[in-house]
Amino acid sequence: MIRVFPFFLKAAWVTIQLSVLSCLLGLACGALGAAARLSRSSALRLAGATYVSVIRGTPALIQVFILYFGGPQVGIQLEAFEAGVLALGFNIGAYMTETMRGAIIAVDRGQTEAARTLGLSRFETFRSVTLPQALRLMVRPLGVNINALIKGTALVAAISVVELTYTAQRYIGSTYKPFEMFFLAGAIYMAIIYVTGLGVNWLDRRVALK
Amino acid sequence: MTDRPIIDIRNAAKSYGSLEVLKDISLQVKRGQIVAIIGPSGSGKSTLLRAINDLDPLTSGEVWLEDTQVNKKLPTRQYEAHINAVRQNIGMVFQHFNLFPHLNVRDNITLAPKMLKGLSKAEADQLAVEQLNKVGLLDRIDYYPSQLSGGQKQRVAIARALAMKPKVMLFDEATSALDPELVEEVNLVMKQLAEEHMTMIIVTHEMGFAQDVCDRVLFMDQGVVVEEGPPEVIFKAPANDRTKNFLRKHLKGQN
Ligand SMILES: Nc1ncnc2c1ncn2[C@@H]1O[C@H](COP(=O)(O)OP(=O)(O)OP(=O)(O)O)[C@@H](O)[C@H]1O
Ligand SMILES: [Mg+2]
Repeated sequence: MIRVFPFFLKAAWVTIQLSVLSCLLGLACGALGAAARLSRSSALRLAGATYVSVIRGTPALIQVFILYFGGPQVGIQLEAFEAGVLALGFNIGAYMTETMRGAIIAVDRGQTEAARTLGLSRFETFRSVTLPQALRLMVRPLGVNINALIKGTALVAAISVVELTYTAQRYIGSTYKPFEMFFLAGAIYMAIIYVTGLGVNWLDRRVALK
Repeated sequence: MTDRPIIDIRNAAKSYGSLEVLKDISLQVKRGQIVAIIGPSGSGKSTLLRAINDLDPLTSGEVWLEDTQVNKKLPTRQYEAHINAVRQNIGMVFQHFNLFPHLNVRDNITLAPKMLKGLSKAEADQLAVEQLNKVGLLDRIDYYPSQLSGGQKQRVAIARALAMKPKVMLFDEATSALDPELVEEVNLVMKQLAEEHMTMIIVTHEMGFAQDVCDRVLFMDQGVVVEEGPPEVIFKAPANDRTKNFLRKHLKGQN
């Protein structure tokens, strides 16, 4: 048990890296996706809606497999870790698109009207009136997305990224202790999620209204 | 030139699908005039008011602010620049205040002047102090909207609109969302503006206030101006039966 512990810590670090990188990619995709879905251009709206429905309509595991195993067929050769980050990031980005879009349209229409009436442009209104209010509405639901993302990183065990779930499976063979191995992996996931939750709470308080 | 109306609405019409909300309305407001628009719910008062700054664009007809056509047909980009410039001259006060909840009172007032008129921080702060003095809320300059009463919120909203130094102020039922005991403080601010000869168009359900403050009263029903005239005439001796009926209900409610 003690013998495997360092390997689990190393694996936890991989899980954290996967989570952070795909979270950043997801936030970028979410922002672009939400911008597209709320755009005045119907082509962009369609592109955004297609992204969301394709990603949400298919299993994340299939998305990981398509990128990792299907990629080379079209000339995209990726390391397992890279494929994992990209697939997880694009995946959570679709959910984040909806979270961000929802927060933006939840800001009272009267806010936009008041700003536009003063003479602010659409962009100025978005930047100084809508966005600051939408941000505080989106912190908690984005926290829910991130929670799902962290647990979802377990999927990339299927393409042999040496993260927590993969490591737990690997040491069952030598220890014959599946319960302990999975329990240990689970406990580490929970610790990561707990700390992330603290971060989300802190951010939520920071952006809260006076 | 001096007699030229500051607001000139020509044959305004607006439909939502087959529902005609405004039917061929023309209205001229001169500098310093105070016009009240009264009428039953759904008669099109807000729609007309919101057409003046093109918040609810007309289906047909023209709106002029002095010698600028507000609802000019322009390509999107040019229209945006045009309307943003025009709107700086038209202040609007809403029933539900629409203060920016994430900004304190000072920033609510100075956001637009800083952004649009390039005021420095010091100039903007000075402006906020002036405007808050006017509405008697200088001591609330660092408060957030959620820390204000409804009446105070509306007075800040008026100060915010005034900070752009508009040529006209539009009020859409500015006191309807307030508890009765808070109505008077907002009315007082509006009366004070009247004394300073601010041009105002006021949609209101408060007949007493309209009678006290306004030079002209328009009675609207079903998308048309049924009757208009000075308050003495409209309130004391209306000619039209629809006006009489409406006033009978509303003046009774006032006492
Ligand atoms: N976006 C919209 N779509 C369809 N119909 C609308 C829309 N906005 C307003 N209307 C209709 O237009 C008519 C006039 O509405 P408006 O808000 O101008 O009335 P109002 O005189 O201001 O009434 P109130 O005293 O209740 O504020 C109403 O019948 C209303 O239902
Ligand atoms: Mg109305």
